[in-house]
Amino acid sequence: MNALALRMLLGDRAKFLGIVFGIGFAAFLITQQVSIFVGLMARTFGFLTDASLPQVWVMDPKVQFIDDLKPLQDTQLYRVRGVEGVAWAMPLYKGLLRARLANGAFQTCNVIGIDDSTLIGGPPEMLHGRIEDLRRADGVVVDDVGASGKLARPAPVDPSTGKPIGKPTPLRVGDFLELNDHRAVVVGICRVSRTFQSQPVVYTTYTRAVTFAPRERKLLSFVVASVSPGRDVESVAARIRAQTGLAAYTSGEFKRMTVLYFMRYTGIPLNFGIAVVLGFLVGTAIAGQTFYNFTLDNLRQFGALKAMGTGNLRLLRMILLQALLVGFIGYGLGVGSASLFAFVPLGELAFMLLPQTLAITGAAIVLICLAASLLSIQKVMRLEPAIVFKG
Amino acid sequence: MSLRGSASATLPPPAAQPADAGVAVHCKGVVKGYNTASTRVMALRGVDLQIRAGELMMLVGPSGCGKTTLISVIAGILDRDEGECSVFGHDFAAMSSGQRTRFRGENVGFVFQAFNLLPALTAAQNVAVPLLINGLPQREAIKAGREMLARVGLGDRTDSLPRELSGGQQQRVAIARALVHKPRLIVCDEPTSALDHDTGHVIMRLLKSVALDKDRALVIVTHDARIFGFADRIALMDDGHITGISRPETPTATPAAN
Ligand SMILES: Nc1ncnc2c1ncn2[C@@H]1O[C@H](COP(=O)(O)OP(=O)(O)OP(=O)(O)O)[C@@H](O)[C@H]1O
Ligand SMILES: [Mg+2]
Repeated sequence: MNALALRMLLGDRAKFLGIVFGIGFAAFLITQQVSIFVGLMARTFGFLTDASLPQVWVMDPKVQFIDDLKPLQDTQLYRVRGVEGVAWAMPLYKGLLRARLANGAFQTCNVIGIDDSTLIGGPPEMLHGRIEDLRRADGVVVDDVGASGKLARPAPVDPSTGKPIGKPTPLRVGDFLELNDHRAVVVGICRVSRTFQSQPVVYTTYTRAVTFAPRERKLLSFVVASVSPGRDVESVAARIRAQTGLAAYTSGEFKRMTVLYFMRYTGIPLNFGIAVVLGFLVGTAIAGQTFYNFTLDNLRQFGALKAMGTGNLRLLRMILLQALLVGFIGYGLGVGSASLFAFVPLGELAFMLLPQTLAITGAAIVLICLAASLLSIQKVMRLEPAIVFKG
Repeated sequence: MSLRGSASATLPPPAAQPADAGVAVHCKGVVKGYNTASTRVMALRGVDLQIRAGELMMLVGPSGCGKTTLISVIAGILDRDEGECSVFGHDFAAMSSGQRTRFRGENVGFVFQAFNLLPALTAAQNVAVPLLINGLPQREAIKAGREMLARVGLGDRTDSLPRELSGGQQQRVAIARALVHKPRLIVCDEPTSALDHDTGHVIMRLLKSVALDKDRALVIVTHDARIFGFADRIALMDDGHITGISRPETPTATPAAN
C-alpha cells in the first residue's frame, strides 16, 4: 500500500514537482538565510578568531563586546601575570586612529598593538613581509582589503573630465603612512577575518600603538593570557576575576558575549528571522496548496480505496508517506542548492553552514510537510466512501 | 458459517438463521434519507429485497429512484436509517467502523460506472489493490493481478496504464479488480453506461461467466435496457420502493464465454 501511495504521487508529475518546489524553496531560503546570519554573527568576533593563542581575555568589567573599549591601567598586566595558573599574559591595544593618506584625505583605521617581544595576538596570515618586521622602526602591517581599498593611493584625476584615470594603487611593503601624525612604514600585508567594522586593520607593536594613540591615562585595552599546561581555563579565569576585580573570559565566552550583544542590540536577528519565517510561510503555502489540489484530484481514488476496505489509519499513513517523500526530496534540493553558496567566490558574502542549521531546516521542513498535509488528511478522513458511486 | 479470512473471528455472529444459508442479501424495510440545505430527501422508503447466492440481480428504475443509495447501503459504504439489512447474515449496523471496513475489503467487490482505476498504476497493480488492502505482499498480489487479468482477456495488457486502455478494457480491469480477492458480493453501478453497445455486451458476458459463482451474488444497477437479458432477476425500483421483481423477457442466460 505504501508503494501504491508513492506511485500515486509520482504519477502526477506536475503536482509532484510543484510540492517539491515549494518545500525546496522553503528549505533553500531557511538554510541560506540562517547561514548568512551565522556567517555575519561569526564576523562579530572575527578578531577573536584571528587571535587564536590567548585562552583568557581580561578587561574592564563594563566591556560588553569585542569592540567595546574601556581601557585598563598598565599595571593591571602585572597583576594578571601574578595570578597563579597564568602561564603568560600580554598587553593588547585596540583602537581607532586616523590615518592620513597621500592625497591628504583621512581614513580611520582599526589599530591593533601586540606585545613587542612575543607578537602574540598578531594576524593569522601574512601575505607579504614577515610579522617579525614589526620590530623595525615605525613598522606596521596592514590588511590586504584595506591596503588595496580604503588605504590605496587614489588614481590621478583627469582635470578636464574630473574622473580618475586608471585604478588606485594599493599600499605596498615599503610605503609610508601617517597615523595620528606619526610616521609609519608598511612592513607587511596580512589577511584578517572580516569583521563588522569596515575600517582597514593596522597591526603594530603595543609600545608603538600607544605612542600613536592620543595621550590618555589608560591605554591597555585587553590583557590576553594563557594558562599553564594542565590547568582548567575557566577556573584560572575565575581566579583572575577574584584577584584583580577585572572581567576575565575564556575566548569562547567572549565570542558568545559579543554575538549576544550584536543579536540583542542590532536588528539583524529580526531581519533574518523575518526572511526565515517568510520562507517557511511561502513554502508551506505553495506545498500545502499543491498537495491539497493533488488530494482533491484524487478524491475519487481515495473514495474507491475506502470503499474497497482501506481504513482511515492506513490512508493517514499513505498521505504522511507522500508528504515525507516530497519533504525529503525538497529538503535535499533546497539544502543542496543553498550549500552551493559556500563555494561561490563572493568575497563579501558571509555564509557559514553549520550542522545545526541543517537540523533547524529539517525540523522546519517536517513542520511544513505536516501543515501541508493537514488539510488533505482532514479531507480524506472525512470522505464518505459512498461518493464513489456518484457520477 | 465462516466468511473468508480472519475477519469472521472479530465479527459478531451472523444474525440470520441457517435456513437463510442461500441468502446473500436480505433487506427489510430499509429507509434512508439525505439531509439537504432545505429539506430531507427520502431516497429509500422501506425497501424489501432478497438476493440469493449464485444470482445476478439487476436493479432498474428511473433516475433518482434510489438505486445507487440502495446498493451503497447493501455494500456497507452508507449507513441506513431504519430497517434490516444483512449480507451473508452479517449486519453492517452491528459492526464497528473498523470491522465494516475490513468486511468490505474481504467480502465485497466494486465495479463503478467511471471505472475509478488509479491512473498512476498499471493494470496489474490496479487489480492487485484489493489484495494489498487485505495485507498480501506486493509480489504475490501483483502476480495474482496478472492472472486475473488473463481471465478477463487482458493477459497482454498487464503493464498498461489506464489511460492507455479503451473504456471497455478499463472496465475489464475494474472487473478483474472486483474479483481478484474472491469476494462473495459484487456490486456494480451502471457498469456499461459509459460503454458502447457491443462493449457493454462483452462486459456483461464477462461478468456473467467469470464473476458469477454459486457462492457469490451480483447486484448490478442499470438503466441500460439492452443488458436486462443478462439478469437472473430484475428488481424494479421507483421512488424509494421495490415495486416488483421480474424475470428477463429474453434471457441471455447462457451466453457464449467472452
Ligand atoms: N448525497 C446526497 N445528498 C442529498 N440527496 C441525495 C444524495 N444522494 C442522492 N440523493 C438523492 O436521493 C435520491 C436517490 O438518489 P440515487 O443516487 O440513489 O438515485 P439513482 O436511482 O441512483 O439515480 P440515477 O439513476 O440518476 O443514478 C435522489 O433524489 C437524489 O437526489
Ligand atoms: Mg445512480
